[in-house]
Amino acid sequence: MTTRIVELRQGILKKNDELARGLRGRFEAAGVLVLNLVSSPGTGKTAFLERTLRELRTRGSRVAALVGDLETDNDARRLAASGAPVRQINTHGICHLEAEMVGRHLEGWDGVELGALDYLFIENVGNLVCPSSYDLGERIRVALLSVTEGEDKPLKYPTLFNSSDAAVITKMDIAEAVGFDRDAAHANIRAIRPDIHIFETSAKTGAGMDAWLEYLAERKALPLA
Amino acid sequence: MHELSIVSSVVESVVETLEKYPGARVTEVRLKVGALAAVIEDSLQFCYGIAIEDTPLAGSRLVVNVVPVTVHCAACGADGPIKSLQSFSCPSCGEPASDVRGGRELEIEAIEIEEAEESVKP
Repeated sequence: MTTRIVELRQGILKKNDELARGLRGRFEAAGVLVLNLVSSPGTGKTAFLERTLRELRTRGSRVAALVGDLETDNDARRLAASGAPVRQINTHGICHLEAEMVGRHLEGWDGVELGALDYLFIENVGNLVCPSSYDLGERIRVALLSVTEGEDKPLKYPTLFNSSDAAVITKMDIAEAVGFDRDAAHANIRAIRPDIHIFETSAKTGAGMDAWLEYLAERKALPLA
Repeated sequence: MHELSIVSSVVESVVETLEKYPGARVTEVRLKVGALAAVIEDSLQFCYGIAIEDTPLAGSRLVVNVVPVTVHCAACGADGPIKSLQSFSCPSCGEPASDVRGGRELEIEAIEIEEAEESVKP
């Protein structure tokens, strides 16, 4: 018997990364700004996204959403109330979305053509850990955190917050009632990603949505490539 | 808990590599995992034990080399490891640092295989 070392130096998620690169190229060519929304279950991603879709449509933007969950199409039905085209991705037990799932659900999506969209939102499976590792070809990764979750969450999940471009604090309408420490939350988010954009929002009252929509418009105006 | 997906990708890649070494047995798989890769070594080891059953990797060891998180400081230009995962700041001047240069790796570095003498190609 002889022993030999074979050097591989190969990315473990190489297949996902290659698919994501392909998707990013498609999104850029189509001129659509793609966002990947990540948070724990119960943060209010769906409510926040529904409000975002509705307000963007009111302003004349063309929007669509893909929504990931282990099971059920409840979220897709909730989001469809905004009037935007929405497609559910069921992962059947997988705790995160992968580029392949996104690619597959872009095919045969009735009435949706990438080139005719301004924004495509991808709502990830509720999970603060695993989605961090999987590039979906998005331009902007958004980490969401609700006022009920504890201000130290960014410190506990540094990978997600560090890899995100924007952090959205949700449920601000109940911040006072739950004793939310705003300064601590901001400091903790910035400790993990100093140059991140932070938004404080309430999907219920609409507070803070203007600043968020303005950010989207600014990012949309930047050249994609 | 995506360690099982990750380990399954590792097994798949190694099995693919083995096609070039017919009859070889894998004794060790070495991974390079960034401290910021959101992967827990214990979970990797646990899932590895399950994922290699009934594959040519059965009985092999998994070695995980953890890569520290390093940043480049826009303020003073220094490069270096951050002091803790809870504080992304320059190790030299202490200014906040967003430019992560290392620590996100998730790679198969190498595998160690045993080949029967007669199968070794000239």
